[in-house]
Amino acid sequence: MNPVIELQRVTKRHGALVRLAEIDLTIKEGEMLALLGHNGAGKTTIMKLILGLIAPSSGHVDVLGGAPDGPHAERLRRQLGYLPENVTFYEQLTGREVLTYFARLKQADRHQVTVLLERVGLVEAADRRVKTYSKGMRQRLGLAQALLGYPRLLLLDEPTTGLDPAATRDFYQAVKALRDNGCTVLLSSHVLPGIEPYIDRALILGKGRRLALGSLEQLREEAQLPLTFRIHGTLLAMQSQLWKAMSLEPTPINERCVEVNVPAENKMQVLRQLTTMPNIDDIELSPPTLEHLYTHFSTRPASLTPGASA
Amino acid sequence: MKAMFIVAAKEFQDGLRNRWVLAITVILAVLAMGLAYFGAAASGGLGFTSLATTLVSLSTLAVFLIPLIALMLAYDAVVGEQEAGTLLLLLTYPISRSALLFGKFFGHGMILAVATLLGFGIAGIVIALGAEGVPLIQLTVGLARLIASSVLLGWVFLAFAYLISVTVTEKARAAGLALGVWFLFVLVFDLVLLALLVGVKQGGDWLPYLMLLNPTDSFRLINLSGFDSTQLESGIAAIAQQGAFHSAWPPLAMLVWVVVPLLLAVRRFHRHTA
Repeated sequence: MNPVIELQRVTKRHGALVRLAEIDLTIKEGEMLALLGHNGAGKTTIMKLILGLIAPSSGHVDVLGGAPDGPHAERLRRQLGYLPENVTFYEQLTGREVLTYFARLKQADRHQVTVLLERVGLVEAADRRVKTYSKGMRQRLGLAQALLGYPRLLLLDEPTTGLDPAATRDFYQAVKALRDNGCTVLLSSHVLPGIEPYIDRALILGKGRRLALGSLEQLREEAQLPLTFRIHGTLLAMQSQLWKAMSLEPTPINERCVEVNVPAENKMQVLRQLTTMPNIDDIELSPPTLEHLYTHFSTRPASLTPGASA
Repeated sequence: MKAMFIVAAKEFQDGLRNRWVLAITVILAVLAMGLAYFGAAASGGLGFTSLATTLVSLSTLAVFLIPLIALMLAYDAVVGEQEAGTLLLLLTYPISRSALLFGKFFGHGMILAVATLLGFGIAGIVIALGAEGVPLIQLTVGLARLIASSVLLGWVFLAFAYLISVTVTEKARAAGLALGVWFLFVLVFDLVLLALLVGVKQGGDWLPYLMLLNPTDSFRLINLSGFDSTQLESGIAAIAQQGAFHSAWPPLAMLVWVVVPLLLAVRRFHRHTA
């Protein structure tokens, strides 16, 4: 399938400051990719490049078959939905008026306004001024705005700030439904557990450089982070010779529970040994989460990162 | 093209909603009727004096008020949306920056046009009904000229406001600059011109042309040139009374003053990073 977004050796400088350094990125149609990184890592810069709001200092950006800041822009922008970080609207207008204005600008079906208001749960508040909206309601209005005109590409910058956990889950389920219909999604977030079940790939950025890129499996493979075993049983902390034999270091959680970190390649071997022990009641196995991977890649010195400058 | 009108319509509706249109209309109408009624106060009486005096007073009022209103209306047209954060989103919509700026300008331009027409129009009707012995045709012609030139004057200062609004990054700065522009064109320029008029003893043929450099003076020329009896009251405009140039020059100069700052604003806006 054709790439929806293609960044080739894209660098963005701002005076002496390098916001992005030689980023290569290809996103295929129907893919959901997360941009991860600290504040100032370059996530928003990548989105602005894709939106054509800024031009790269060097390198090439191609979105839906054209440069986003050229004559192609107007056609592209009709197929694109964007939810900026800290989205704001015209405070004096009602939610419905705001959405209607944007729908007209995007030449979207006016009927969609009501449908979208319903979908994001703002029907009751639709005829109140945006001034009276809570942060979560504004965010939902922002999402509704991004979904106008059935976009082929969605860019979501910190979409769930201000949303409670239930609303966050609803939000990502709505986004996932769109993705399943072939919409390409690029999102950035600090709430990693929230996005983990939904994303196909993640790009981890640090100071404008690519620290890692891949699916969760690929990142786990590359990071070689240990798995965490949480073992419930009796007298576990005492059996130091046992842990020593397996060359593991247990961390006691309480009297009946310890945690050990096991390198991925030893997983089965350790598991076999543990299951033969009579005083163990339960073993919980957790692979490294996105959060662990993110911490691993973003704290590793960039100079050691293979492919960081590729 | 269509997107431009969508933006213009929204801007105009905002003007109705936040009562800009109403406020400008009321201010202009009340002040105009007051000037008409107290026109004879200088000679110790009350009531309507002459049409010429009234129209000259009205144009003097417009010279001060209209630029101020236009600058206040539009100084935050771009920088306000930038500060509020709505500009970023707007720029990702399928509308070019030129269309966005022109659309906003047309919206604001219509607010000013409608309010001026209503404000001075209402005053004109009241004068026609209330005062005795007013030559209706002259009143209509004079008032039409006043309204048209006021709208043009308003657009000139709207264009200045837009240029300011795309240049600065803070609303407060834009407000300060707008006040500066008003001060410069409405007050300072004429003082300098007067000083030159007094200072230059001979060969001052070029002086009238200096007036074209100030849109408010062009406005005065349009409105005062029709009245012989007002030369004494018209002060600065007397410079150009000898018919130094064709009467088409002042309106043309004002049009240039609309187009040039607006195009400069569009050019700057294209380089603007959201």
